[in-house]
Amino acid sequence: MAGRVRSFPDVLLSVENISLSFGGVKALTDISFDIAKGEVRAIIGPNGAGKSSMLNCINGFYHPQQGAITYKGVRRSQMKPHEAAEQGIARTFQNIALFRGMSTLDNIMTGRNLRMKTGLFWQALHIGPAQREEIENRKAVERIIDFLEIQHIRKAPVGQLPYGLQKRVELGRALAAEPELLLLDEPMAGMNIEEKQDMCRFILDVNDEFGTTICLIEHDMGVVMDISDRVVVLDYGRKIGDGVPDEVRNNEAVVAAYLGVSH
Amino acid sequence: MTTGTADSGTGARDTFPKLLAERARTGADQPAYREKELGIWQTYGWGHVAAQVRLLAAGLADLGFRRGDRLIVVGDNRPRLYWSMCAAQSLGGVPVPVYQDSVADELAYVVEHGGARFALAENQEQVDKLLAIQKKVPSLEIIIYDDPRGMRHYDQLQSYAEVQERGARLLAAAPDTVSAEVAKGHGSDDAIMLYTSGTTGRPKGAILSYDNLIWAARAGASFDGLRAGDELLSYLPMAWVGDHIFSYAQGYVVGLVVNCPESAATVMTDLREIGPTYYFAPPRVLENLITQVTIRMEDAGFLKRRMFQFFMTVARRVGPARLDGRPVSPVDRLLYALGNLVIYGPLKNTLGMSRVRVAYTAGEAVGPEIFNFYRALGVNMKQLYGQTEASVFVTIHPNGEVYPDTVGKPVSEVELRIADSGEVLYRSPGVFKEYFKNPEATNDAKTADGWVHTGDAGYLDERGHLRIIDRAKDVGKLNDGTLFAPKFIENKLKFYPHINEVVAFGHGRDYVAVFVNIDMIAVGDWAERRNVSYASYQELASRPEVYDLVQGEIEQVNRDLAADPRMAGAQIRRFLILHKALEADDGELTRTNKVRRGFIAERYKPLVDALYDGSRAAHIKVDVTFEDGRKGAIEGDVTVRDVAPHVALKKAS
Repeated sequence: MAGRVRSFPDVLLSVENISLSFGGVKALTDISFDIAKGEVRAIIGPNGAGKSSMLNCINGFYHPQQGAITYKGVRRSQMKPHEAAEQGIARTFQNIALFRGMSTLDNIMTGRNLRMKTGLFWQALHIGPAQREEIENRKAVERIIDFLEIQHIRKAPVGQLPYGLQKRVELGRALAAEPELLLLDEPMAGMNIEEKQDMCRFILDVNDEFGTTICLIEHDMGVVMDISDRVVVLDYGRKIGDGVPDEVRNNEAVVAAYLGVSH
Repeated sequence: MTTGTADSGTGARDTFPKLLAERARTGADQPAYREKELGIWQTYGWGHVAAQVRLLAAGLADLGFRRGDRLIVVGDNRPRLYWSMCAAQSLGGVPVPVYQDSVADELAYVVEHGGARFALAENQEQVDKLLAIQKKVPSLEIIIYDDPRGMRHYDQLQSYAEVQERGARLLAAAPDTVSAEVAKGHGSDDAIMLYTSGTTGRPKGAILSYDNLIWAARAGASFDGLRAGDELLSYLPMAWVGDHIFSYAQGYVVGLVVNCPESAATVMTDLREIGPTYYFAPPRVLENLITQVTIRMEDAGFLKRRMFQFFMTVARRVGPARLDGRPVSPVDRLLYALGNLVIYGPLKNTLGMSRVRVAYTAGEAVGPEIFNFYRALGVNMKQLYGQTEASVFVTIHPNGEVYPDTVGKPVSEVELRIADSGEVLYRSPGVFKEYFKNPEATNDAKTADGWVHTGDAGYLDERGHLRIIDRAKDVGKLNDGTLFAPKFIENKLKFYPHINEVVAFGHGRDYVAVFVNIDMIAVGDWAERRNVSYASYQELASRPEVYDLVQGEIEQVNRDLAADPRMAGAQIRRFLILHKALEADDGELTRTNKVRRGFIAERYKPLVDALYDGSRAAHIKVDVTFEDGRKGAIEGDVTVRDVAPHVALKKAS
């Protein structure tokens, strides 16, 4: 199967002429692309191409020196990570960033943090509104546990879990925030075929069932071509390709970046 | 409600839909099914079940499901899948549960052979298989799914909820649709079709009637005093006859509470949370549990480890006697009570067996060590011998008469007969009607007067217990006419942890001789602790100390065999330890790790000859395939040892 042919009329997020540098190192140079509402958008590129930097710009962790990001119609040059989270952007990390000593359930529960409104006082007493809120949130978390088929590790400390499951828990925590835009940084790195297939299915299901827009970085070309609607290709901080999987696959610059060219 | 095991009347209650109506009328709020939803156990009463079944049945009727139609049911144990079986039966249809892990081809055979027009799938995974099948088997018209997850793009299918909505509309217009059909059902109707796993050829669809199943449910329940409210965890495949009797038939007949695990991976947790009172586990599950416990205990601190060892020794001595109601000395009673407080109780709780009143194991030979471990803890573990064709129950261990080497006594109304060939035959009200569309197979399995061939060789011992010794076709005779059951002897040896695999020879020979494969890990560990050095499997296998170890175990087996007059002549007289492990890659084992006796006899012919020509050693060279696919050869000298037969002391002549 070569990608999925679907059309998306509304733009959710657009990146305009972003440039980012760390001292003399240019991580991103004049990048522009957009992410349509409801699509699965992939960012690919060789090591050091600037993919993770791009995600970090989108969720406000890095602040680009130039350019602007328009998200849900609001154009801004800078956004703080917590603002991004409040605006419905959630992400997972390339190196798993979970609380290793906490259970799967508690880890995903932390993803509900933004949804908890009661104050410290009520939460400490755990009565009245705080308790109701906790029950509501627990229900949402249980739905995610069910969705990701991780019931068997509900109470297990995350640090003891195999890598593939930790990745799934991290996805669960991101989903707990009920995001509109989900950023996945190499969700399948280091997984075996079966784990990759499971993860693909979860990503597509998230996209289908919740209508969540997904932007992911991935190295496995087979996976990218299968599950993405559109692909952006970066190399040395520049955009060298953008389009549906088939276009990208046949793009000479992309082939050269990945395979090298004969001289 | 207390109607349970006893005769709860016939006539009006001869089918499951009728039994359900009765349960809903007399105990609507009594728990019937439980499943975990969003992490919390939800309980459904009989009233709820009856309403759900009625809606689904009406929906099926509206979709064109007619008397005699078959409904394929495929998925994990879920309450709604169990209900769908009753819904199909309400309309006079026959549910056909299928193993959820069957590949599309196997499923296709069942769909086509059964001529099913309807199928109910648990989830997308099963739906995908059915859709693939539908292209080849167009007779499959309607696919219904339960879990809507991932099903957004499957427009042409019906969801369980949609079918029930249809049902609600139909019932609003014609409220008697379902009840009229239920009333037309009779006990002699086909109730279910279960495909038996075909070890040879295609699977066969055994048809069981309501009379078969309801008899079996009652017979089993009265044998072990099951009562309404007993809890059961349904974690074995719905397509397996055992689950159908325990979780379905006995659920309706006795009023058991059927608990469905959250997923296959959570079974251990669910067991602990539910604490079933009625439990079934195949031997491999029981074995795995013990292995887990043993490993955890080895990692535990010194004090805990010593306590465990001490109290388990007490338990092995006292536990089985207590369960069987034999006298126990006051000191032992006190020690056991103490052990129960610190070890047995917590351990049973961890295993989810705190409340178990009756536990069965069946399917294959279970080691006495394994069996007695659970009885030592105070779990009433019993063996059961049964078949799909018998609606499960043939024999069970009665309370107070549990012997690990037998499979128990016939359940009431079951007659047993041993054919001249040694094959076990039975006759009971639970005997199946026929194999679907396969009269030859039916005639092969079932005689005109209702006796069914089990294919197993066995005999009734002096206590009236049935002992199964081997598959009938594997049983041979020594030259002096003594019965030779290779698997029986092999299993006895394999129960020792040091012995991994055994191949017994004896058919058409003067005496029994065996090849032994040592267990590298267990024997290696044993050797290390005794400063026996070795560099390889081959060297370890040839050490005289290891030969002594194995010889000791063979002598023990001979002692057991000598105690049984029928087997005394088949004691092991010579043995050797193979210089390499038997491997499936070399064709010596099947993929399910069963020894291929014929192939091995041919491949190791010099060794077999050495067993019977009196030589002390033999040279052997065999080709092997390494795990990475490379080929090579292993050769070496293998010692052959004699074992003195044990002479039975009692009444031999």
